[in-house]
Amino acid sequence: MMFWETYLLAQRAIRRNVLRSSLTVLGIVIGVAAVIAMVTLGSGATAKVTGDISKLGSNMLHVRPGQGMRGPGGARASAAPFKVEDADAIEHTVAGLMAVAPTVTVARQAISGSANWSTSVTGTTPAFLDIKGWQLEEGRSFTPGEVRSGKAVCLLGQTVKKQLFENDAATGTAIRLGKIAFKVIGTLKEKGQSSFGTDQDDIVIIPLRTLQRRMKGNTDVSAIMVSADDGVSTETVKADIERLMRERRGIKPNAEDDFNVRDMKEIIDTLTGTTKVLTALLASVAGVSLLVGGIGIMNIMMVSVTERTREIGTRLAIGALARDVLMQFLVESVVLSSFGGVIGIVFGLSAAGIGANLIGVPFIFKPGIVACAFLFSGAVGVVFGYFPARRAARLDPIVALRYE
Amino acid sequence: MGDPMHAKCPVTRNLIEFQGVTKRYGKGQAAIRALDGIDFSISQGEFVAVMGPSGSGKSTCMNILGCLDTPSSGTYLFDGVAVGSLSQDQRAILRRHCLGFIFQGFNLLSRTSALENVELPLIYRKVPVRERRRMAHKALAAVGLENWCHHTPGELSGGQQQRVAIARAIVSEPRLLLADEPTGNLDTVRSREIMEMLAGFNRDQGLTIVMVTHETEMAAYAARRIHFLDGHLVDNTQETEGA
Ligand SMILES: Nc1ncnc2c1ncn2[C@@H]1O[C@H](COP(=O)(O)OP(=O)(O)OP(=O)(O)O)[C@@H](O)[C@H]1O
Ligand SMILES: [Mg+2]
Repeated sequence: MMFWETYLLAQRAIRRNVLRSSLTVLGIVIGVAAVIAMVTLGSGATAKVTGDISKLGSNMLHVRPGQGMRGPGGARASAAPFKVEDADAIEHTVAGLMAVAPTVTVARQAISGSANWSTSVTGTTPAFLDIKGWQLEEGRSFTPGEVRSGKAVCLLGQTVKKQLFENDAATGTAIRLGKIAFKVIGTLKEKGQSSFGTDQDDIVIIPLRTLQRRMKGNTDVSAIMVSADDGVSTETVKADIERLMRERRGIKPNAEDDFNVRDMKEIIDTLTGTTKVLTALLASVAGVSLLVGGIGIMNIMMVSVTERTREIGTRLAIGALARDVLMQFLVESVVLSSFGGVIGIVFGLSAAGIGANLIGVPFIFKPGIVACAFLFSGAVGVVFGYFPARRAARLDPIVALRYE
Repeated sequence: MGDPMHAKCPVTRNLIEFQGVTKRYGKGQAAIRALDGIDFSISQGEFVAVMGPSGSGKSTCMNILGCLDTPSSGTYLFDGVAVGSLSQDQRAILRRHCLGFIFQGFNLLSRTSALENVELPLIYRKVPVRERRRMAHKALAAVGLENWCHHTPGELSGGQQQRVAIARAIVSEPRLLLADEPTGNLDTVRSREIMEMLAGFNRDQGLTIVMVTHETEMAAYAARRIHFLDGHLVDNTQETEGA
């Protein structure tokens, strides 16, 4: 029998029982829609994270003691800390740098009058603001003199400012960080949540030397932030910094680094990796519902074969080969399931479109996954339609003709 | 007919030959011999009525004649071809090209127009659409249903449905038409109509027909009657016109 004829036959059989056919493909529709929606939203979320982070500055590098982060909290504490001289060396030796800022961060209670707020205090140089691209809301940044002599002055993030002063002016007043009194010389513009989910405005910035001398009592630097000039490859900068630091820290040629230099790309990879794993997980759960849909198709095809036993007997008597009958039912189940697939794709994309709007991620149409879902739904039809179709093809025409 | 199976065979020999055909159901002691060593032959252009009491083996014989089943022992030659040695697919091809079937229960595809029902055997013969349509119209006209082409079986009377079934059986110009109690579900008037029609095809086109019937009146339309009893052939009468 010609293929087109078989296809028409299948279509007719499906249309004959519209309600039943619709209910049958519901499983496939839901499965496909779920897979499509999950993957589309997932790649939207990945794109958003990537975009957000590169907005932070794709030319930014972090240099930290300890081996590379193997995951959250993986930094090793045993490595020797950096000193300010390391940051100076980077600034003076490595080419193509826009700014270098050594940083140390401690947690402190910020107190103003009766208000107090537990926050993180970062000791650094004014270059830090340039690297991060942070701007002042009011007041001024540190002067070179304040940095050099370690004056007790500070800049407040918006969260800290609001917690301590609400809507009153902060600049020019004095606060305490732990036991030490600081003069507020300015506030930072609001930056909102980072893609890591932390509040970037919950911060107090003070000169590095002030923090080292008066809070920690040593000269350690916990991280060095570096930003490369526009158009300069972070790879090159990273390699240069690594070479310099190995030399300065006296690491033998075969020994591993006891520090790590990470650029934004790596941080993005870590984060999007998580998103991707989550997406894959959700998509595979949705895939299971596709299989369940397939079982639904198998079930209804079995019923259909039984119902049409006499028809099958007649066809066999008239001269249909067993494989003609097999094809007839196989095509029917494939048409049924891929029809479900198409509807599922439409639903899935619509749901993803709405969902993307709601959670504020971009809608990213992935033709590959759509094609995949379509082919997979067709394959479900083949796999789950085969058994009923074979059963039809193996009927004895004499028995089938007599079937009541 | 371009079937290679026939090209080798001389036309003069009997269309059908049963040589000691036996059909057993079941095994050992409990085995039933539905057919027990049947010998007979039917030549091209005959109209044969098969008669006998219930359970005598008529349908079993028809199934073998129709290549739907094969003998347990003995030989069935269809136009010189030993059907028992053919594979299932080869028998399907033989049915497709050489046989037409009419059933007691009509067995038309429901919710499918008369025209499409008649076209069905032609689809399996891979006849192109236009040619198929033309042949189906012609066959429906031959059974007097040219105005009922687009009616579905549900919209036709029993007699009309059986006529559609006859059209479906003759549309591919078979060499042998098999009818197992074709009038079993019809009243006397419709039965006569159907019999007139079959006798007409036999007379005018030389169509070979083998028909099972319980009714002597219907059997009288056939020129020859075969009687079965308990799987044996008891009476095999060849008659002249109008007996
Ligand atoms: N598939 C089968 N399995 C076992 N026994 C069978 C089978 N088909 C037929 N028989 C037996 O073979 C015998 C002949 O049956 P058959 O159907 O040929 O009778 P029949 O002459 O057509 O009867 P009726 O006039 O009632 O249609 C019966 O005894 C029947 O029980
Ligand atoms: Mg019978």
